[in-house]
Amino acid sequence: MALKQTKRDPMLKIIGDYPEDLPRSEENLTLRFSPSKTSIQQRWRNNGLSADFIADYLMTFFLGNDQEDSQNLLLEIKTSTAYIANELLENAMKYNDESSHQAIVFSLNLYTDQLVFLTANSIGVGHIIQFQDYIQELLDNDPEDLFFSKLEQEDESPLSKGAGLGLLTMMIQHQAKLGWKFERLEAVDPTPPLVTTVTTSVCLPIGSSLTKQNGSTQQNRHGKSHHDGN
Amino acid sequence: MMEIKADLYWVWLSEEANCVTLEGILRLNGGEEYAPIAQILDSAATQGDSMVIDIQDLSFLNSSGIHMLSKFVIQQRKQENLQIKVIGSRRVPWHEKSLQSLKRLLPKLEIELR
Repeated sequence: MALKQTKRDPMLKIIGDYPEDLPRSEENLTLRFSPSKTSIQQRWRNNGLSADFIADYLMTFFLGNDQEDSQNLLLEIKTSTAYIANELLENAMKYNDESSHQAIVFSLNLYTDQLVFLTANSIGVGHIIQFQDYIQELLDNDPEDLFFSKLEQEDESPLSKGAGLGLLTMMIQHQAKLGWKFERLEAVDPTPPLVTTVTTSVCLPIGSSLTKQNGSTQQNRHGKSHHDGN
Repeated sequence: MMEIKADLYWVWLSEEANCVTLEGILRLNGGEEYAPIAQILDSAATQGDSMVIDIQDLSFLNSSGIHMLSKFVIQQRKQENLQIKVIGSRRVPWHEKSLQSLKRLLPKLEIELR
């Protein structure tokens, strides 16, 4: 029984550095994960497979950048992209409200100076406030201090399902900026009557020299190669 | 030899050097799935005065894995006589920062980047 949406309700809430007014990027990749009856455990490996694919795919746009400095920077971007995509997908799979029959939609958008990751999943009504409180905590504190205090707090507790460290590590290790948009979808079919989706945005700065340089090195590739590598 | 071998990763304890090596890609789902790896680390921590954790060939570790390693390090504060060394690689971009954050949790931790 497919849930039909006619329109989006007035926006509920935007928190953090959500890139609302960004123009559509020329280069983007979107993956849509349909709702599934398969258990999350069986689907878990898809997160990693998708993250690796996304990171590999992104590298296409930097081909021809064969200077050593660029190579190191590219490896860093590729590693960060795979990490962020994987964490976003893991979170979306874990917290998606299965009863909503909503697909999880992931997109990666390339701009000259940044990458923008967007992941949309549904969220159960009972978890919205809790999640928004957690986000507020992330934004009100220094990410590194919060990371260490979260680890210390639960020193004595058994290993939990993640403690929300994924978002913090994106901010600390990858200098990413995070934002969230909560929206309510109105359904024609009254069951369930309302679905709330949350889109998590992650903006990852990249050196604009990389994308600019890309154009000129591409031209080189059609001409004489200056990098024979012998 | 204690070891866990899966498609994407391999974790083992070499008893001679009391060294736990983590290799490959670790993207397990939460603490429960990381428990067997934590067990290997715990086992090394109780065997002698020093241990090594070698992650040079660990190319990917998700946040649940970072959580597991961090918790392990925190727990070793109680082991006053245990010396721990973690070896990472300069070729893997996230190693340096991750090792430094482990050291912040346990200042006597020795870190080495190769």
